[in-house]
Amino acid sequence: MKLLNKTGICSMLLGATAVLAMPSLLSAQDFAGETVEWTIPFGVGGGTDVWARFFAPQLSEALPGKPTVVVLNVPGGGSISGANQFAMRASHDGLSILGTSASTQYPAILGDPRVRYDYANWTAVLASPTGGVVYIDPKYNVTGPQDIEKLRAEKIRFASQGATALEMPVLLGFKMLGLNIKPVFGMESRGAGRLAFERGEAGIDFQTSSAYLSSVKPLVDGGKAVPLFSLGVVDAEGKVARDPSFPDLPTFVEFYEQATGAKPEGEAFGAWKALMLAGFSLQKMVVLPKDVPAEVVADYGNAAKAIVEAPDFRQRAGDEIGVYEQLVGPDADAALKGALTLDPGIREFLTNWLSEDYNVRM
Amino acid sequence: MFDIALSALGQVMSGGHIAFLVLGVCVGLIVGILPGLGGIAGMSILLPFLYGMDPTSALGMLIGMVAVIPTGDTFTSVMMGIPGSSASQATVLDGFPMAKRGEAARALSAAFTSSLLGGVIGALVLSFAIVIARPLVLSFSSAELFMLTLFGLSMVAVLSGRSLTKGIAAAGIGLVIGSIGTAPATGEARMTFGIDYLYDGVSLVAVAMGLFAIPEVISLLKRGSAISETTALGGGWGKGMRDVLRYPWLVARCASMGCVIGALPGLGGAVVDWIAYSHAVQTSRDKSQFGKGDVRGVIAPESANNACQGGALIPTLLFGVPGSGSMAVFLGGMVLLGIQPGVTMVETKLDLTYTIIWSLALANVVGAGLCVLLARPVARLTQVPFVYLAPFMVMIAMFAAFQASRSMADLVALMVMGMVGMYMRRFGWPRPALLIGFVLAPGAENYLYQAVQFYDWDWITRPGVIIIALITIISVWLGLRFGTEISSEGDSDTADQKTRGRQIAFAGLLFLVAAYCILEALQLSFLGMIFPLTIGILALVASLAVILRLRAGRVAEIHDDDASATLAGESSGRETYLAVFSGLVALIWLIGFIPAMVIFFPTFLIVAGKARPVPTLLMTAGAVGFISLITWAMALRLPEGLIGQALF
Repeated sequence: MKLLNKTGICSMLLGATAVLAMPSLLSAQDFAGETVEWTIPFGVGGGTDVWARFFAPQLSEALPGKPTVVVLNVPGGGSISGANQFAMRASHDGLSILGTSASTQYPAILGDPRVRYDYANWTAVLASPTGGVVYIDPKYNVTGPQDIEKLRAEKIRFASQGATALEMPVLLGFKMLGLNIKPVFGMESRGAGRLAFERGEAGIDFQTSSAYLSSVKPLVDGGKAVPLFSLGVVDAEGKVARDPSFPDLPTFVEFYEQATGAKPEGEAFGAWKALMLAGFSLQKMVVLPKDVPAEVVADYGNAAKAIVEAPDFRQRAGDEIGVYEQLVGPDADAALKGALTLDPGIREFLTNWLSEDYNVRM
Repeated sequence: MFDIALSALGQVMSGGHIAFLVLGVCVGLIVGILPGLGGIAGMSILLPFLYGMDPTSALGMLIGMVAVIPTGDTFTSVMMGIPGSSASQATVLDGFPMAKRGEAARALSAAFTSSLLGGVIGALVLSFAIVIARPLVLSFSSAELFMLTLFGLSMVAVLSGRSLTKGIAAAGIGLVIGSIGTAPATGEARMTFGIDYLYDGVSLVAVAMGLFAIPEVISLLKRGSAISETTALGGGWGKGMRDVLRYPWLVARCASMGCVIGALPGLGGAVVDWIAYSHAVQTSRDKSQFGKGDVRGVIAPESANNACQGGALIPTLLFGVPGSGSMAVFLGGMVLLGIQPGVTMVETKLDLTYTIIWSLALANVVGAGLCVLLARPVARLTQVPFVYLAPFMVMIAMFAAFQASRSMADLVALMVMGMVGMYMRRFGWPRPALLIGFVLAPGAENYLYQAVQFYDWDWITRPGVIIIALITIISVWLGLRFGTEISSEGDSDTADQKTRGRQIAFAGLLFLVAAYCILEALQLSFLGMIFPLTIGILALVASLAVILRLRAGRVAEIHDDDASATLAGESSGRETYLAVFSGLVALIWLIGFIPAMVIFFPTFLIVAGKARPVPTLLMTAGAVGFISLITWAMALRLPEGLIGQALF
């Protein structure tokens, strides 16, 4: 007996085709049984990885159909390798997402030749801001902007990861204030920089909000460090407000005004704000390829909204995410578009500064 | 303090906590056994479960996983000569010869017993040291850390075997390879040939696997028997345990050293095994068996590397700066649990800290116990004809190398280093020296640069620097005086004087590498140039010295274990095997990892191993199934292949 006649084979083939075509016909409202692959261009255990792993299970719960969300770490090139790989290979059905950080954004806006991704091709659905604090060794007897001359007279070392790393706006801020700061590059992390400060090797240091609260606050309380200013929170219009984590600390802009008697302005300040926007106001982002169907993008936006608006979000987020307002959905994307389009004059200013002061060529 | 420590002990011993700890230990053993994965892969398995877990149990699970990786990685080091992780590199030197001698079970059980004792001693030291360790960690500045990298490099004096010149040249080349990539001081690209992959430098896994695994696989295939030369399993686990108990002070000293070195952030576990190994050599009266299967060469690094994990907890908990790679992932896990590291760990959160320490001790006991149970059956693998094991080892080596940066270039680097390692082995160049140079290059450059920037040249007069310098000098002196008999490269061939031309050609190749490094360095800015220039000159001079001494026919330098066959015009098959494996890499690149293995396994087993169809089929299915399972379970990636990418 012939089990399979021609019609049978045809219908089987049709069925198989239908099954194979399923993912692309997938209704935007249902990710049931699917796996979302979240590329993190950093190693396991780093700041961005921890951030992603905090959000991953919640994203899985909040997306329609409760897909499995898997974090895929692709470290290398200070996040350039993983972002390149995502740009090349991501699927366009909403099952591939990328987590980025300041060190993914800075090379992109500076035009690093290794960058083969373009933020213009991506849509952001969630953006987590952060802030940071600059603090100094008490041996310099500097407590605030009134001591600026004392500060300028000293040659102070600053342990940094590199000229184009997260601390770029901090280095630029030092330059704007006219300080004689000598950066020592090559620190493995901001934590290593803090260790150098604690050892007395570096006289001035900078930490992002969560690290400041957990590791520097005790030093300040013990009289071993003096906070100078927070970087503040920069919004899309370029206004700088006090950091909600440090309401009592002056921002860099306030510090500058009181120290120099004038408002910061010019190309340097424009560049500083651009760096703050791209690296701090949107420090970490979830992005999807731009040609993902609009409904899927909307699903992600709604999921992100549901997560950050959950009543216990703040409490669960703890110090690591901090008290900053998370941008979700179209807000996040609008902020991204604003932050990553850099005025050519400002880019030129930045590349000149990097090459003159630090011999870094883009 | 003691009441807190005791109450923490009670908490650790509660049923729920132990269950999670054992789960962590099992995961740690599995990723430890698979070479090149280490804590990072283990963490990928455990992290998704952390969310919403009770912090004490979760910490127990994480610590259980991290603690036993240097226990599990011993299996491949001893049985296959593949360093399972950077912590078990030195174990290969004596562990693998013991396995070849048919004493795999003895070597394994000695290693596990040492791991157990070392881990427990490490935890003990930690429980007292943690409250006073802050000033110790802070007293090690970049200057002292630089001196420690020099101390690490001085181990070359002990590990060079017959020829110190070859050892220095090999270490120099290792340093050159290690400085490929972005200069820490200036961010300039060095020796990258414009290839993106090289900007981050070559991965340690590719270098270690290439240097040790590939040449060992080829050399065993060439010999065409099982790993073990005898059919007896010899002694078994009881003997290995008695071996360890015969050297209690060696264990105690190596464990304390491991703990202290582990506590220094930045150096981590990268060299602790080599330092312990050299220490064992220097303090032993009869050195004739080191490198040929002396059990002390297994005991020393294994007691140190588990203790090192305890030490590495100090900077992780106190400063939030991880002391090693697996501690970096542990730190991530802590943050995910909402525990911020810092001073509070020894002030308000001391109970949590002691929970971690006791979990560490317990995990070491559980892990070593499980491994001892496994040792005897697993040791039987050394009796299997090697040609059946070879494809598995090649597959695992390639799988592990690829995980470093998930790029095909990782596999190319593996094969290039495999070729270098193969000829180093043939011509008697100490591979451990190259590996030490490679591992220490970034640290040496970075810390020297930082020391000079922070202290100008005053750093030389720091007391810590002077103390470490003295220790280094004594160690070099001892190494030169007594270290001449250690051989990591096997025996030479009697006809080796006649193939000097080939030996000189290989040395000449290394000379060219050094020369290229100097040329590249000269085009950089001062800060980016100074380090590659210095090490380039070191490698250049040393390799030139080797060439001259080879020409002069000095016995110490002359080595070629293939001389007779070459003179007789026979191919030993090394190049053929290397070509086959390189072909496999090309096939992976073309059609992806799994399809390439589906073709490679049966072909190799039938052609080289003369296997029958049914076992071939079973082995292929087993291998492919195993690797797919691991990849899936650990959320890893495999090369997709050009064709696969084009289709999907």
